[in-house]
Amino acid sequence: MSFLRLEQVTRSVDLPDGSRLEILRGVDLEVAVGDHVSIVGRSGSGKSTLLNILGLIDTPTSGTLEFDGIPLERLRMGARDRRRGRDVGFIFQQFNLLPRRTALENVMTPLLYAPGRQFWRRERLATEMLERVGLGARLHSTPDQLSGGEQQRVAIARALVRGPRLILADEPTGALDVETGARVMTLLDEVAEATGAALITITHDPNIAAMARRHFRLDAGVLTELGQPVLAGPPAAPSAEAAL
Amino acid sequence: MNLWTGLVGSIVEAWGELRVHRTRVLLSLIGVGVAVAALTVVVAGGAIATQVQIEQSERWGGRPATYQLNAYSMETGESAPASRISPVVEAAAERYGIRYWSRMTGDSLRVQLSDGVYHVSVQVVDQPYAAIHRTRLLHGSWFTERDAARLAPAVIISSDLWARIGSPDLRTHPTLEVVTPERTVVVVVTGVIESPPETEGGDLTAFMLTDPFAAAGLATTPSDQLFTQFEFWLPPEVADELSARLSAEVAGALGEGWFADVYRSDYLAYSGEDPFLVQKLAIGGVAVLVLLLGALGLVNIALVTVRHRIREIGIRRSFGATAGRVFFSVMMESVVATAVAGAVGVLIAVALVKNPWVTEWLDAYLQDVPPFPVDAAVIGLAAATGVGALAGLLPALVAVRVKVIDALRL
Repeated sequence: MSFLRLEQVTRSVDLPDGSRLEILRGVDLEVAVGDHVSIVGRSGSGKSTLLNILGLIDTPTSGTLEFDGIPLERLRMGARDRRRGRDVGFIFQQFNLLPRRTALENVMTPLLYAPGRQFWRRERLATEMLERVGLGARLHSTPDQLSGGEQQRVAIARALVRGPRLILADEPTGALDVETGARVMTLLDEVAEATGAALITITHDPNIAAMARRHFRLDAGVLTELGQPVLAGPPAAPSAEAAL
Repeated sequence: MNLWTGLVGSIVEAWGELRVHRTRVLLSLIGVGVAVAALTVVVAGGAIATQVQIEQSERWGGRPATYQLNAYSMETGESAPASRISPVVEAAAERYGIRYWSRMTGDSLRVQLSDGVYHVSVQVVDQPYAAIHRTRLLHGSWFTERDAARLAPAVIISSDLWARIGSPDLRTHPTLEVVTPERTVVVVVTGVIESPPETEGGDLTAFMLTDPFAAAGLATTPSDQLFTQFEFWLPPEVADELSARLSAEVAGALGEGWFADVYRSDYLAYSGEDPFLVQKLAIGGVAVLVLLLGALGLVNIALVTVRHRIREIGIRRSFGATAGRVFFSVMMESVVATAVAGAVGVLIAVALVKNPWVTEWLDAYLQDVPPFPVDAAVIGLAAATGVGALAGLLPALVAVRVKVIDALRL
């Protein structure tokens, strides 16, 4: 069953000169739990807008979005926020770690918005997740004391700590070198698979895109499913163990 | 349960924010604390300055509502003798429960000093005069009822006169010799009042009680020729009616051809409104300005850091922080922090206004030191907290309105 379903989704904005900019045009997409989807596209093709909509941050101008079988329009703003916290984990190109907070505090952040046991056990859960991504020894390091790869692993731990069913990765390797990027993607892929979460990766990099099982291209707001993309080079994708 | 975790989560989050942004928070809070302290001190200082002026005015014209009464003949214009008015006033005062009233007669004494006999102006009054006029003594004490029974009448002299007799310790019961045409009368100095500064030739003045003054035969003119005024300190709410009655009763007792004039002499007599209103408004204006400056500092710091905060709030929102939660956390951080800073400001103000050095200094000038301006402190605290909330909510408002991804791109 589809966890996420978009049908004929459009998104447009009115410009100051009175004209209308079509950002997304008739996007259809179905994502099931455990899927690994990649979306490639040039800058300005609407990738971030699509990510906003998938992550319940933005709403379509027209079309249908069903999140876990529930039409988006039936979710009020607060409910969307709570569902995003519970079911969606974001990973950003620039990591977006909270500065001056330790890795542990960063990973605990989503758990501050969790109800019940997850909230009260937040330190333990965050520690376990950081250990899982191989940063058990860096719990109390602040972002400026971590390398780019380590920062992204903290970001991955933060995205996964509440056990989301959908991981949205926006250019997750964009700020990393090729080798570190490949290692981070391998880790992300393995952790997502282990937790059964769907992973949607938005990327410029065909090598990163190739790691997904389903591939899409977004071009001028139109989403097209591709076959297996042609790789630009051999993906330097060592095992997760090596990545750690 | 969710509400409880939400509340605790907000507190944890706000505490984390305060801890991480301590420099910014500290800077903001110093501004708030100083503003509240300055506001409170300005209001307290203003109240003290106003009180100083009020007490100075009351020393001249009496406390509100002080009325003066004198009676004179409508034909000749001569004053009615005090001996005729006194019994009427005394009876009326008893009937109406007027505790503070005094006769006032001006005369002079010829006092023997070391280098000759000098004229000393004497104001002959009754014991309640000091309460009506807030008369303050540098040394000794004001007359008591028992002073009327002294064999040697008591006298309170000016500090200049006291200096002329060598500033003796009042515990030694220093005396003055008053020279009259018939004899020399010894009076005992029981108190010293402060002379006005730089009086030409020295301020040689004194106070004596009416009855001992008369009994000692110190009057330079026959008592029925002395101009005597009567002074009453009346409750302001009934003062007009009561003073009119007193006037009517005195005029009635004197009979046809006599007129009893009564008029108000305290500082509120000259205008219907509070004469210190302009001063109070000016102080209030300064206080508001001080608070506004503190608030501007706080808002300024909030605006400088708004970009940074929006990004952080964007990150938090992407991980499930609801708009309400963001508002609550930011508000808690700002409100609690500014309230604490405001409270510290109030404590600083208390320390400044109520410390022993200041109170001791004020006691020398004031009889009724104004209470600590609690209302100003509360207003300052509330205003600072409100401004803190506003300054904190500003980035939160923007952050909630801006799209999360846009916030993250800042």
